[in-house]
Amino acid sequence: MARTRYASDRGLIARMGATMFLLGLVFTGFIIALYFVLFWYGHRHGNGGSGDGIVVISVLIGLAVAFGGYYWSDKIAINTARAQIVTPQQGPQAARLHAIIDRVCALADMPKPRVAISPMSMPNAFATGRSSKVAVVCATQGLLTKLDDRELEGVLAHELSHVAHKDVAVMTIASFLGIIAALLVRMGFYAELFGGGGRGRSNNNNSSALPIMLIVMVVGMVVYAVSFLLIRLLSRYRELSADRSGALLTGQPSALASALVKVTGDMARIPTRDLRQAEPLNAFYFTPALSGRKGQTSLGNLFSTHPPLEKRLAQLEKISRQLGRPTS
Amino acid sequence: MGFLDALLGRTKMPPPNLDNLFALPSAAVTLQVASEFRPTGTGSVCFRAAEGRAFSDIEHDVRDLLNMGDNKTPVEVTEDKYGFTWLVCHHAADDVEGLVTDLHAVNSSLENAGFGPQLLCTIISFRDEAARRLGLVYLYKRGTFYPFAPKAGENRDNALELQMRGTLGDDLKIEPDLERWFPVWGAPGL
Repeated sequence: MARTRYASDRGLIARMGATMFLLGLVFTGFIIALYFVLFWYGHRHGNGGSGDGIVVISVLIGLAVAFGGYYWSDKIAINTARAQIVTPQQGPQAARLHAIIDRVCALADMPKPRVAISPMSMPNAFATGRSSKVAVVCATQGLLTKLDDRELEGVLAHELSHVAHKDVAVMTIASFLGIIAALLVRMGFYAELFGGGGRGRSNNNNSSALPIMLIVMVVGMVVYAVSFLLIRLLSRYRELSADRSGALLTGQPSALASALVKVTGDMARIPTRDLRQAEPLNAFYFTPALSGRKGQTSLGNLFSTHPPLEKRLAQLEKISRQLGRPTS
Repeated sequence: MGFLDALLGRTKMPPPNLDNLFALPSAAVTLQVASEFRPTGTGSVCFRAAEGRAFSDIEHDVRDLLNMGDNKTPVEVTEDKYGFTWLVCHHAADDVEGLVTDLHAVNSSLENAGFGPQLLCTIISFRDEAARRLGLVYLYKRGTFYPFAPKAGENRDNALELQMRGTLGDDLKIEPDLERWFPVWGAPGL
């Protein structure tokens, strides 16, 4: 068996595993708490039914939202970016994009995804789609004009790594219970607002219904807040993984680093409010469309979907050193 | 890639499969019997150069190794516009075996240095009397071949390619997924 230079980054994998474990822990705790509050505490006070309906509706809506987002992720993203699927015959840029993706796919031995171009002038790229069969890799017009072929290849290899790592599925599952927690809080709030009075007239025994809904809402809020931070953390780790895989795939970490500098340097200059539409897509973008000012605080980093530029560059430098180590 | 690899976001680079390359000489014989196509004696290896000293050292070694042989035309090294490096070897038209041996030497040198995943494809080229071009492309990561017949401009002769799939089906492992028959426009030596 031949030696390989492609050592995996154990530290990154361990941190990502720990994040997923914590997310699982939070969600398990959430389910147990819900069960406890609704069925044990509720039934004991003879008022089990009051919160059940809200929980069931929240779970159903949450399921629908998560599944819809997962199933139509490609269409949603393409529509939001106003992108169009292109064939190699549709102009020189489309041919160039196809040719680069062809080669990277052949190197990585992965099926070729569909290729789309978005007319936006903001340089960016994203990959989405629930499986590699229906995956779409999209580059904006700005990216195509801004980057040379090698840099573009680095960015596309990063995006193809997202497809290979099934990031859409992972992030959907990770955010699913977070969506339910948020829905519970909101629906519980409306139920108290509009439903509370009606229940009071028909049922004298509602003194315990209010604390139950309050507890559910508080639990939901805590779960939502914690899972939000963990999901963002997971997203940043997956970006680092995609950088890493993309750089190893092409053997050119420095080309990706140079693309990153070019793209993020430009992003920061673009006024943020024009980009509001791009926000739902952020997790799958190459760099976040709504980037903050330079020198973000560490608190800002806590909430962002992408790791700070310095961190990404440092990782790529490390890979470059590893690749350049002399043989034997 | 396995479930855990995807979940933890670690990509295992696919290692190249070199074994099937040696089926090329018999395929060349089949082509001569069943069609007008003759080998031109030119073959090339395409790989993605990694940055850094380690890779450029290997590249030099490989070039020296191939140039060492007796009364051969030296290998050409070219870089295409996508940043891929092509090593082009020239042999006598009937010496397909020698050509394949040379190409294989490139592969094993890269593989031994730990750069096996950088290999993209190998092409050996054929011509017929009407000067139509045909390349047999070997995909390392799949261990399969496919025919590539470029025409003037960026067009390919799909009919000829499909015909060759039928002709060579017994000799070579032909790539079953047509979507992976990616074009290599302007491949040196083709």
